[in-house]
Amino acid sequence: MKQYETVIGLEVHLQLSTQTKIFCGCSTEFGKDPNSQTCPICLGLPGTLPVLNKKVLESAIKIGLALNCKINSLVKFDRKNYYYPDLPKAYQISQYDFPIAHTGYLNVKTGDETKKLGITRAHMEEDAGKLIHDPAIKSSLVDYNRTGTPLVEIVSEPDMRSPQEAYDYLTTLKLHMQYLDVSDCDMEKGSLRCDANVSIREEGQTKLGTKAELKNLNSFKAVKSALEFEVARQIKLAESGERIVQETRLWDESKQITISMRSKEEAHDYRYFPEPDLVPFMVEKEDIKNVRTTLPESPSKKQDRFIKNYKLSTYDVDVLVQDRKISDFFEECVKEYNQPKKICNWIIGPLLQEINSNEKGISNDRLSGINLVAPTAKTFTDLIIKVEDGTISNLVGKSVLTSMLDRGKTSAEIIKEQNLAQVSDEGALEEIVATVIAENSKIVEQIKSGKESAIGFLVGQSMKKTQGKANPKKIGEMIKRRILND
Amino acid sequence: MISKKDVQYISHLSRIYTDDHEAEALAKNLEGILTYIEKLKKLDIKNVKPTSHVLPLKNVFRDDILKESLGQKNATKIAVKSEKGSFKVPQVIE
Repeated sequence: MKQYETVIGLEVHLQLSTQTKIFCGCSTEFGKDPNSQTCPICLGLPGTLPVLNKKVLESAIKIGLALNCKINSLVKFDRKNYYYPDLPKAYQISQYDFPIAHTGYLNVKTGDETKKLGITRAHMEEDAGKLIHDPAIKSSLVDYNRTGTPLVEIVSEPDMRSPQEAYDYLTTLKLHMQYLDVSDCDMEKGSLRCDANVSIREEGQTKLGTKAELKNLNSFKAVKSALEFEVARQIKLAESGERIVQETRLWDESKQITISMRSKEEAHDYRYFPEPDLVPFMVEKEDIKNVRTTLPESPSKKQDRFIKNYKLSTYDVDVLVQDRKISDFFEECVKEYNQPKKICNWIIGPLLQEINSNEKGISNDRLSGINLVAPTAKTFTDLIIKVEDGTISNLVGKSVLTSMLDRGKTSAEIIKEQNLAQVSDEGALEEIVATVIAENSKIVEQIKSGKESAIGFLVGQSMKKTQGKANPKKIGEMIKRRILND
Repeated sequence: MISKKDVQYISHLSRIYTDDHEAEALAKNLEGILTYIEKLKKLDIKNVKPTSHVLPLKNVFRDDILKESLGQKNATKIAVKSEKGSFKVPQVIE
């Protein structure tokens, strides 16, 4: 049997998180009433002139630099012409021959190796509107709120050799973009969208095979599944001697297959020409230098630094660095209380658990999720210190954290309010120990006959009776003493 | 050479209906334009600076500041048909 090599390239569309659209002052906010955020410019009415949003160019330069690209000093826009109801002007303002950034790379950890995956180009363009198809009324409804939302399209080289590599590229790219704070990168909201080009070729070949372009990939998992399906489909065709045709295929999430979308083929003649309504832009070396100084530390650099400076495990660091705000928060906490490993455990354990159960998925700003009051480094480390010095038990500490996040109070306030301070005083615990021993005679017998591990059960019962306030270590000692010395 | 077929292809892409007679006439017109462009290409432009825009302007920006939108009602007022605050168009399902 022949061996096949998979060749994948990805096109990622990133919605920039600007206040306003790329060429007009309409809001880009997601989820508003249809067409409520439109104006003559984004509706493409005659006689209007687009004017470039400065922040879009800055964000695009940031993205280019973060992807190790060369930045074009001449920036111009072009018209991409096609007819579709989601495009009111019947052309999309995009960039054709002078993209803002080109020829870069992204280092991607995949399996045990780090691969340097090429970036062909990144360019600015405007988003199209949203179509809702309603077969019942034999019509489509168009919402132009999204029309004119700034996009940066990032095109990779066909450098990926497996669906897993494509997946790793995508998650790494997302992380880097989130660090730049240029997009919220939320696939569910469509602020990060991905099309995949995939082909196969016999092992050893250098010529590219005939590719299929996969669309409708609405999650990271869908990208991987669709690619896996498509690679298998193409190999099957090749094995049976059939020809693979170049086409666009749609991923059908419910059936987990790709379906040919033949009708769009002729639409590939976009007749690009320079956009006369926008004057050219010159990006000076000085401008690039200025943007470069605003670039945050990249996630991979941060990873290395955390391992070196805080002596944390690769796993710990991976989790912390997955979210820029969380990793910044970690560092603020370490400044307050120099116990990196303890802080890390509290963050990647209880804190992230709370955040994740309150919010769906990973957003760019998990610390200030809608239902939670973000702790400050001071309040968070205060809590950890209270657990460390025995003021409260570990268990109570976790529930105090929940209250802190729910209600925005400090740990001291909550401990006082709910009378949660850990009880270590033997006198105060005496009665509890006596009751628990009296109520569990069977267990006590087991302990007496040598099964000391059963003490843990009695400690648990005592903790329950004190709503977790008892010092478990103390209780354990007392129970052991009482039973074994009896 | 611009053929009638070329014209018909472009008119389809542009969603402009042309009948047989018009397509033939347009083919001739476009041919004339292209011939003229061929002539321009022969000009000596050694001393002409390349330009991507006719206006002597560059770097015209706006700041990322919100402006009032038309609003749903005003926006859909210009629609031939509208429904639920949206523009209603013939079905375009793939």
